[in-house]
Amino acid sequence: MTAVELPSDAESAVATPEFEAAAIRQESRRGFLLALPSYSYLVLFFAVPLVIVVVYSFATRNRFGGTDLSGWNLASYARLSEPIVRDILFRSLWLALLTTLICLVIAYPFAYYLATRTPVVRNLMLVFVMIPFWTNFLVRNYAWRVILGNDGPFTDVTEAVGLGERELLFSKTAVVLGLVYSFLPFMILPLYAAIERIDKRLLEASRDLYASGWQSFRKVLLPLSMPGVIAGSILVFVPSLGAYVTPDILGGSKTTLLGSYIVTQFLTARNWPFGAALSFVLMAVMLTTTVVYFRKGGRTL
Amino acid sequence: MSRPTSSAVEPRGWTKGLLRANGWLVYAFFYAPILLLVIFSFSDSRNVGVWGGFTLDWYEEFVDSRQTQAALWNSVKIAVVSTAISVVLGTMSALALERFKFRGKQVFDALLYLPIIIPDVTMAVMMLLFFAEFFEVLNAVFGTELRKGFSSIALSHIAFSISFVSVVVRARLAGMSGHLEEAARDLYASRWKAFRFVTFPQILPGILGGALLAMTISLDDVVITQFVTGPGWTTLPVYVFGLIRRGVTPLINAVSVVMLMASMTLVALSLLVERVRNVGTNQRRGF
Repeated sequence: MTAVELPSDAESAVATPEFEAAAIRQESRRGFLLALPSYSYLVLFFAVPLVIVVVYSFATRNRFGGTDLSGWNLASYARLSEPIVRDILFRSLWLALLTTLICLVIAYPFAYYLATRTPVVRNLMLVFVMIPFWTNFLVRNYAWRVILGNDGPFTDVTEAVGLGERELLFSKTAVVLGLVYSFLPFMILPLYAAIERIDKRLLEASRDLYASGWQSFRKVLLPLSMPGVIAGSILVFVPSLGAYVTPDILGGSKTTLLGSYIVTQFLTARNWPFGAALSFVLMAVMLTTTVVYFRKGGRTL
Repeated sequence: MSRPTSSAVEPRGWTKGLLRANGWLVYAFFYAPILLLVIFSFSDSRNVGVWGGFTLDWYEEFVDSRQTQAALWNSVKIAVVSTAISVVLGTMSALALERFKFRGKQVFDALLYLPIIIPDVTMAVMMLLFFAEFFEVLNAVFGTELRKGFSSIALSHIAFSISFVSVVVRARLAGMSGHLEEAARDLYASRWKAFRFVTFPQILPGILGGALLAMTISLDDVVITQFVTGPGWTTLPVYVFGLIRRGVTPLINAVSVVMLMASMTLVALSLLVERVRNVGTNQRRGF
């Protein structure tokens, strides 16, 4: 931040290099002071807690459900290879991936349709995507509990269609349904932003050069909208992987996912070091995907 | 800014039909569950998903229940306090990041960004362990008797709300040029006056939008709050979540609809702010 050379304006007679440097230093100090309260707040109430989680993940659970912070070891991480834990990890990855794919398949055509509407219609449509995005997460998941529950509207429909009484609640399908419902707006919004930015003349050009509709989608639209695809996928994948409320309300005991498993370690099993290690794994996945995204040239999520 | 949609871009034939159908299905998917929930909250049946005639009994139970009322007020108190503090801190951060260069700026930017993308569960775990240690240390050193409750919940909510407020205010600041502020300074306005009379009125819609977002997130949060709550400080979502786990009852339908209405009101307000924002600036912005 030193030795910043600014072209001194001819009209500002006092703008000697020393004066400029002092002014810049003062500006820098002002900026820092302005950031300082939040900076300290986030260090104390976010960065320090983050470090504590890492420290705990190397600690040992004692006989009474407490945690001994002396004697660091990798026991909690070693447990990740246990069959039960591995099952939960793979199941979470699989369900999160499935949720992401389903969201992508639904959201892409939707975002494209949105981007080709007139501005008035588009804004209206966007508002109605934003509303569920803002409404209470717990309530939206609970609504599916009501719909899929005993004698609920879902069974009414399956009976009317002649499928008989189908039980969907407490299954993996119900969990994926709940996750898609919860996170679909997170896929639509970045996809829309990416597609809207594309110069539509490129699509026209590809059609003029005799590309089929599919070809111009595959070779022009999709590559150009890739930042949106990746941003949306991260925004759906990461929270799905760490989901706790959805599997808890809509899933059963056989659909334990990583998020719920972590919670169990803290609230029921009282194995804090293991829970901390699992949280760290979740955090590592999140950081890796985000870093990869920014390396690939993504700007904002 | 609107480009006329051309023939090659405008979907045609069966593609158009499919796209339109997909659009309607997405909206049906979004809104049907919410609508059904509202309908069933008026249903006179012990079974949450069965229509048994119109009744307001469940809302009456909601109003009469001391526990739900207490939880509701806890939620409101926490949301108001955490929003008020995070709005000030978030706005200051946004100004610092958009208008100044300073040492450690990049680290600060990254630190502000993390609470937005970190999964709820991870943040909950962080806060649980932190307060377990932090309060123990404070109590040992200062002889205080701090326990988890209001302070731990509010402090956690502020920790994530600062980031959301800052993002919204920054978007606003980035969309306006610094020329007016410079002009004010050139005309001998003090720094404070330039901020008070030039910058602040312009970013006010952003600040309000950020405040509404912070409030919504605070009122909705269940995972983090559940981890840092203490005796007597059950919030409404945590209370409802507990009820759902014990078994669904029509009372939950009614409480859910009340929470839904609270969210909707906040969305409506923020859309109103958005309109003011768009009227205020001539440039068109993304969502």
